[in-house]
Amino acid sequence: MLLASLLVASFVIFGALYLAPGNPISALSGGRALPASSLRVLEQRYHLNQPFLAQYWYWLENALHGNFGISITLQENVSAVIGARMWTTGGLVLYAALIILVVGIGSGIIAALRPGLADTSVLVSTAVSAAVPSFVAAIVLILMFSVKLGWFPALGNGTSFISNVRHFTLPAIALAVSSLAIVARVTRAAVREEADREHVQTAISRGIPARQMVRRHILRNAAIPITTVSGITIASLIAVAAVVETAFSLNGLGAYLVQAAASKDLAVVQGISLVLVAAFVLINAVVDVLYAVLDPRVTLGSRAQ
Amino acid sequence: MTPASPSASPVPLLAVEGLTVLLPVEGVQRAVLRDVSLQIRPGEAVGLVGESGSGKSMTARAIDRLLPRGAQVAGQIRFQGSEVGALAGAQLRSYRNRVAMIFQDPRAHVNPVRRIGDFMTEALRTNLGVRAEEARQRAVDMLSQVGIEDGQRRLRQYPHELSGGMLQRVRIAAALLTEPALLLADEPTTALDVTTQAEVMAILDELRREYGLAMLFITHDLELAAAICDRTAVMYAGQIVEVRKSELLHTDPLHPYTAALAAARPDIAQKSRRLRAIPGRPLSAFEAPAGECAFAPRCPHAEPACQAALPELVELDGGLSRCIRVAELRGQLEATHA
Amino acid sequence: MSAAIGVSARRARSAARGGAVGLLRGTGNPGLVSAAVIAVAVALAVIGPLLAPYNPDLPNLSLAWVGPAGGHLLGFDFEGRDVLSRLLAGAQSSMLGPLAVVAGAMALGTVVAIVAAWRQGAADTVISAGLDILFAFPGLLLAVLAAAIFGAGLTSATVALAIAYMPYVARVMRGAALKERGQPYVAALEVQGVPATSICLKHIVPNMLPLIVAQATIMFGWAMVDLAAISFLGLGVQPPAPNWGVMISENQPGILQGYPLPALTAGLCIVSVVIAFNVLGERLFEQAQAARR
Repeated sequence: MLLASLLVASFVIFGALYLAPGNPISALSGGRALPASSLRVLEQRYHLNQPFLAQYWYWLENALHGNFGISITLQENVSAVIGARMWTTGGLVLYAALIILVVGIGSGIIAALRPGLADTSVLVSTAVSAAVPSFVAAIVLILMFSVKLGWFPALGNGTSFISNVRHFTLPAIALAVSSLAIVARVTRAAVREEADREHVQTAISRGIPARQMVRRHILRNAAIPITTVSGITIASLIAVAAVVETAFSLNGLGAYLVQAAASKDLAVVQGISLVLVAAFVLINAVVDVLYAVLDPRVTLGSRAQ
Repeated sequence: MTPASPSASPVPLLAVEGLTVLLPVEGVQRAVLRDVSLQIRPGEAVGLVGESGSGKSMTARAIDRLLPRGAQVAGQIRFQGSEVGALAGAQLRSYRNRVAMIFQDPRAHVNPVRRIGDFMTEALRTNLGVRAEEARQRAVDMLSQVGIEDGQRRLRQYPHELSGGMLQRVRIAAALLTEPALLLADEPTTALDVTTQAEVMAILDELRREYGLAMLFITHDLELAAAICDRTAVMYAGQIVEVRKSELLHTDPLHPYTAALAAARPDIAQKSRRLRAIPGRPLSAFEAPAGECAFAPRCPHAEPACQAALPELVELDGGLSRCIRVAELRGQLEATHA
Repeated sequence: MSAAIGVSARRARSAARGGAVGLLRGTGNPGLVSAAVIAVAVALAVIGPLLAPYNPDLPNLSLAWVGPAGGHLLGFDFEGRDVLSRLLAGAQSSMLGPLAVVAGAMALGTVVAIVAAWRQGAADTVISAGLDILFAFPGLLLAVLAAAIFGAGLTSATVALAIAYMPYVARVMRGAALKERGQPYVAALEVQGVPATSICLKHIVPNMLPLIVAQATIMFGWAMVDLAAISFLGLGVQPPAPNWGVMISENQPGILQGYPLPALTAGLCIVSVVIAFNVLGERLFEQAQAARR
């Protein structure tokens, strides 16, 4: 199913070329006037004289081999640019994912198992953080931690690993903020629901000690919906990373995508879109597998949404 | 475990006295059990019969300290002499090993993501420190006792791979592994089909005798209780209204409610023109008015005196009754069919 | 049979009669406060530009970044325009965009869901498969793609987001529609020969109304965040048009230079309205769930 999604997605991304007003040539060139030789190169490379499906096939084939064409604006191989920037985006998403998992799941569990002040404060803070878009979080974080406190740098990538971590911290937090809320809430709901289930009553009635019961029965079972929501949330980070990269002037894939879209550099847009959608689909596939592993009642591919 | 005869020791295994339980319902504390008293001797099977809302499940939960959050408990529950309500920590867990409970819906009560073997041996390994290998062996032995052969294979399976009846048998086996002295069975066969019901009942009965287990058997089916229990208690609106030797329950009931319950069950051997239902609906404890007999509004033998004061439990012919007119009504209460 | 139909009709009628007031009353204090905030935002969206004390579009570089002074409560932005006026004027595009997205996604999604739930069988399978594929497109990505092809602007962003949100609506509505479909009153109506569209429009949809309203409310919050993000990226509403998302990106340099007010206030507007929609939407959702039981 996911493979089909990917295929259709690639079809749409490619077909977008034809949706654009004007003919494909003008779309590819972004409306710029090009010398005749360049036009011929474009025609050849994109097989513009051939039927649509054939063109699609060539493009897909190239893409699978890592050849995404040439960027009009940068006059470079798109794949080279993607390769260079992939690590920035990947690192950012990973860092943010870590924050979401640790803080989100952690606070959800605490809120569920300790009703009272902890619970209320988690509920309130998630209600607020859910509403804060990444770029608003970005400017607030920059204001507080860069300008006022000077703990973290405001913009740009770092040079070494340590300096990278420093540079990526604020962006990762900004990226994680709004997703934290839903992970925390779902975790809290899942743990609470499991705690009330009958099989937990059975465990209590058999005298299983509390800590063991929480670990083996409540958390283990709640892991199913928690994993699902975490996976989906992390997958969605891929798209939002573009916003955070722009806000913090990081040279990641997302920022490049936005710039290319603004300058109508279609080859770049197509290439990066394909990579991002593929990553999205990949993460969803991993979640599917995890789900089947965690819940012996489900067979692979039947994840109920 | 040696079989013990019920009349051997006069000291009750379980003594419940004056148990009153309040539960928060929409923010208000409401009574679900009122002044319940019950005794179970070692090796004795006592039935607890009542309609939904009568409080029978709550009684078992109170005994096992499984009441929902916010419950208020008054009264005493003594198990082998110690006050159950005062137990905590390791003592409470040890109590839970000596009192086992099985519930109505086996599927909901077994963790679906863990294997059967894990489920069965969990209590043994954690609380009694039995090594995994030996625990598994004991589990396999117990499984064959409840009629499940090829136990090794079953231990590796997941709950969803077993039928409801089989799962309930697994539950019973698991409960018996810790060698409890008392088994609380809350409608263990209600969720099963009739054939499986009979099998599970037979297993329960046999094992109980073999291990000398005391049992509190909760059901809404009067005849079922009478079949395997020595004594039966009948509950209505959170109170015990009658306790009687099971075989006398049908022939010589001591409370109009018991008689009505028995009469309401259609007899397969006779033809009836109508089903005899008890008019009105069963009350929960908090719906019953305080100073009168809770059953009076639905009772065919009610008199004004019945609603003047709350009837006490009186002893009569080896049983207990909460009907003020029991002495005169005796003999007329026999279950009859139209 | 007519009793069964009566039940459905009664439910729908009471939902309509209770209407907005009935729904709101059940959401408690947070719900009421949120509704009030939303009402203010809506009012601003309509008359905001008229309320602006100064011209929101007139640049005056000599006043750039000046803080609150005189009648200018919030100071000036990076081009010397009055921040308060720009916020008030920006309410329009900041609120209208999400409205269009929600309207589009809800309409499309509900129709698709009802068709899938009504016909079931092959049609349902195909539609569900299609929806599953659509789920692979994050909304933001689709909007960026649309901007690349059709040019940046509110229209392309709105359409792209509506398409991206549609599967979420469809999934929720499909579940509810399937449940309604299985109710006895529907069978009763079918047997009487009432045409399918009529049953759907007059009975099924009205009974799903609380859920529709709840979903739309929550979705408005998402749309607002996404659209503001797109405008922030420069691919939505284009500067110099006033828009809260654009204002944040325009005035971001001010943060580093010690003039945070313009960007922050714009951010605050977005966050407050989104919180209001989220809180209200969640409570409406709970109400809708409770009513179905």
